[in-house]
Amino acid sequence: MTQRRIHDIAHARAGDKGNTSNVSVWAYDPKDYPLLKRELTAERVKNAFPKLFTGSVTRYEMEALHGLNFVMLDALEGGVNTSLNLDSHGKSFSYLILGLPIEG
Amino acid sequence: MNTLRLGCGAGFSSDRLGPAVDLAQRGALDYLVFECIGERTMAFGHRDRMLDPQRGYNPQLRARMRGVLAHCHANGTKIVTNMGVANPRAAALLVVDIARELGLTGLKVACVEGDDVTHLIGPDTAFMDHPGAVKDVGLRMVGANVYLGVDALLPALRAGADVVIAGRIADPSLFLSPLVHHFGWSLDDWSTLGRGTLAGHLMECGMQITGGYFADPGFKDVPRLADCGFPIAEVAADGSCVITKLDDTGGCVTTATVKEQLLYEVHDPRAYLTPDVVADFSGVAVAEAGHDRVRVSGASGRQRPDQLKVTIGFDGGYLGEGGVSYAGPNAKARAELAADVVRERLTRINRLGGDLRVDLVGLNALHQTADLPVGEANDVRLHVALRSQDKDDIDTMLWEVESLLCCGPAGGGGYRGQITPCVVTHSCLIDRGAVSPSFEMFIA
Repeated sequence: MTQRRIHDIAHARAGDKGNTSNVSVWAYDPKDYPLLKRELTAERVKNAFPKLFTGSVTRYEMEALHGLNFVMLDALEGGVNTSLNLDSHGKSFSYLILGLPIEG
Repeated sequence: MNTLRLGCGAGFSSDRLGPAVDLAQRGALDYLVFECIGERTMAFGHRDRMLDPQRGYNPQLRARMRGVLAHCHANGTKIVTNMGVANPRAAALLVVDIARELGLTGLKVACVEGDDVTHLIGPDTAFMDHPGAVKDVGLRMVGANVYLGVDALLPALRAGADVVIAGRIADPSLFLSPLVHHFGWSLDDWSTLGRGTLAGHLMECGMQITGGYFADPGFKDVPRLADCGFPIAEVAADGSCVITKLDDTGGCVTTATVKEQLLYEVHDPRAYLTPDVVADFSGVAVAEAGHDRVRVSGASGRQRPDQLKVTIGFDGGYLGEGGVSYAGPNAKARAELAADVVRERLTRINRLGGDLRVDLVGLNALHQTADLPVGEANDVRLHVALRSQDKDDIDTMLWEVESLLCCGPAGGGGYRGQITPCVVTHSCLIDRGAVSPSFEMFIA
């Protein structure tokens, strides 16, 4: 059996401001929100991609809406103006996080 | 019921025109709002204006106004937009010309100015989010604009403008202004301003709340994405709203589309800063209220910030991008060899300055620094990017990439190269008192 990923239980959207990226992650089913919260800690997100998320990672919780918001400082290789990444806005960070395996 | 009906006709500078015409024609709107500025488009506006003092506004302004102006006039829909970018006055005069061409004599077009604060920025102006000052950038400044809020747009609305054209207005404030004007909200009713700001924030990216930037086949399916409609907000006197769209358009409005947009480009949900209010989205509730209708309530707010954010644009030189593709057996190894060759040629032999990046598209380009395990691929594209102040360096890079066709690994094909002008932006804060917005009315 293939290992389940966050993508199987949640959806996400990424946004950028300067060199800061934020990714909001939302459980499809409220029943999966505790699992999502347990799996996707700020530490897990930072440690999964240490060369990419070089700055701090902060998590905000939206309990009533079953969502988490991750804010990554210094995550965009200088930001949209200076990054040479094809995705200079970091729009694809949403799917980077959704690609993490569910471990628990 | 006393609600104000707002439509979004553009969520970014290059957004589609057709769905905006649909809303102008059939949306039964009180206001149609076009949000067309990003940090980079602002700087490009300044650059355009330097090249031609009559330009510097949104390049699609003429097409958009030709498409919607007559419908809006016929339906009593007013227009609010930041399509003036770096030249709101020239933009307003163009709209007056278009109104006359369309026979809409008497149309009142207001241009709002005061966001251009280039004169307030000096070499020692310090940045807000990282160390350093303007003089440390080492690039030519093209212009600086402060984010203005509701108080900049209200006088033009109160004077009866049919079209309000401004430059750098905070995105949600474009939507909040007609709400404050219509409902007579006090500018220190922070809680209500917080709710109105949320309505604006949800609307400001256009289709990002009606199914755009959302579809993930098999997981999040969106009907008729190619015909997606722009959003409508029905806002009540307390600032709560229903987000919806025209019935016969594609896309969808669901609690999921609304939630994703709720935190789009938001950091702390308790503190979303605009020139008008510190909005608090932490207590927001969303609920289905019919097909493609979602009710949004529960936002609040606190006193607005004392200082205003300024974006400073600099001329960033050029970005060159060139690529060659490899496919079939051993494509990955041939593309990796091509990457090694091009790096060596550019750095050791040509000794190029500037920032260089080499990606293998199809293996791990966007997430290169995430260090994901990479497998085989049938189709790999070498993508070389170089940013430089010196256009000759860019030309050299593109020549080297193209030369791979005969001088690189076997089977490379499909060279393309392009050069794009660049801007660099930084942000600083200024005191509210240093800014004095004004408006001027033009009659068609």
